[in-house]
Amino acid sequence: MASAPLKVEVVSADRLLWSGEADQVIARTTEGDIGILPDHTPLLAVLVPAGIEVFGVDGNREVIAVDGGFISVDHNQVRILSEFAQMAGEISLSDAENDREAAVKLLDAGAEDEATRRRFLRADAQVKAARKHGSEHAGF
Amino acid sequence: MAATLRELRQRRNSVATTQKITRAMELVAASRIIKAQQAANRATPYARELTRAVSALVSFGGDVKHPLITEREQPRRSALLLLGPDRGLAGAYPSNVVKEGEALTEHLRAQGREVIPFVVGNRPRAFYKFRGRQIERFWSGFTEAPSYANAREIADELIPRFLNPDAEGGVDEIHVVYTRFHSMLTQRAEAFRLLPIEVVESDEPVEAEDILPLYEFEPDAQTVLDTLLPLYVASRIQFCLLQSAASELASRQRAMKSATDNAQQLIEQLGREANQARQAQITQEITEIVGGADALADA
Repeated sequence: MASAPLKVEVVSADRLLWSGEADQVIARTTEGDIGILPDHTPLLAVLVPAGIEVFGVDGNREVIAVDGGFISVDHNQVRILSEFAQMAGEISLSDAENDREAAVKLLDAGAEDEATRRRFLRADAQVKAARKHGSEHAGF
Repeated sequence: MAATLRELRQRRNSVATTQKITRAMELVAASRIIKAQQAANRATPYARELTRAVSALVSFGGDVKHPLITEREQPRRSALLLLGPDRGLAGAYPSNVVKEGEALTEHLRAQGREVIPFVVGNRPRAFYKFRGRQIERFWSGFTEAPSYANAREIADELIPRFLNPDAEGGVDEIHVVYTRFHSMLTQRAEAFRLLPIEVVESDEPVEAEDILPLYEFEPDAQTVLDTLLPLYVASRIQFCLLQSAASELASRQRAMKSATDNAQQLIEQLGREANQARQAQITQEITEIVGGADALADA
């Protein structure tokens, strides 16, 4: 039975980032990578900063950087919520790498505040997502 | 006589200049409201999904406990987060927020709680400062166009205080006073309790597809809730910031519109008075000339 495709919504705190239909979503939760296909059992999982891959029905692959947040799946509705989600295509890899380095330096220097930690997570996710995005074009 | 005429013209010109400024402010506010409303709309999906997930957890997550939803038995200290504007010139908007805040402060004090103010915006801060009252923490610079990062910053300040009520500066509950944007014409200052979160299990009849499914939680319900609730709090604060911003701009537009209208009236009135003075001057000159000519003819 060909089941209906997944309806995916990627939402960041200030906008609906991406929505559309997809055949598969790969996300990284605290337990590890998880692939979601149509008719997946209802799920609510915590995400770790990483790049999420969405395989659209039209054959396009979207990579989205998330800095944590969570994913919910029910009735073929996939919702990904992350405070500072960003499309990988919009990220400049070098900027993200620089930002991550700056954050790492701050952390090494003993900065322990929440803002720095979050900045690192965000930059880290962006770097990962941008690399994933880039690998597609490199022919992997 | 000539002096009055000059004065009247001067005053009319100065009112006309003021009118130009108020009209510009009116137009600026009007264009920003649209942006503020769009920002509020864009933030809705996030808030909606979070609320949905939180209620799913609370309804089906089994016996989850979390300090953010647990009522304290003896609340002693309450934090009051007051969201006001940075600038005035917005009619009654700033004072309405402050008034609502004062009413809540009174109410909490009457219950024997210590009230610790957290203030957003220069105007309400001026109110506190003038009365020599302490503000625990103050933010400003974003009241017209708040971003999510601003909400996050406020949440990061408040949540730890709530989680450590016994530490210095800790609080047992957090109230928020903001202005809700009902429509372009109505904005009302409102207060509600942000923490502990009041979880209301909905009694509304639900559509078949709205029934919450039995979720699997990963890693487990408690961890998911731990992650969700702070996000939920930040999202609530963001909602309040966006509502307040839209209200501020709407109030400012209205205030500036009536200022422009008043200026127009003044200009017209001053113009009439100036015309009268000019006419009186001409009449007097004619009378003088005629009188002079008569006197010469008689001589």
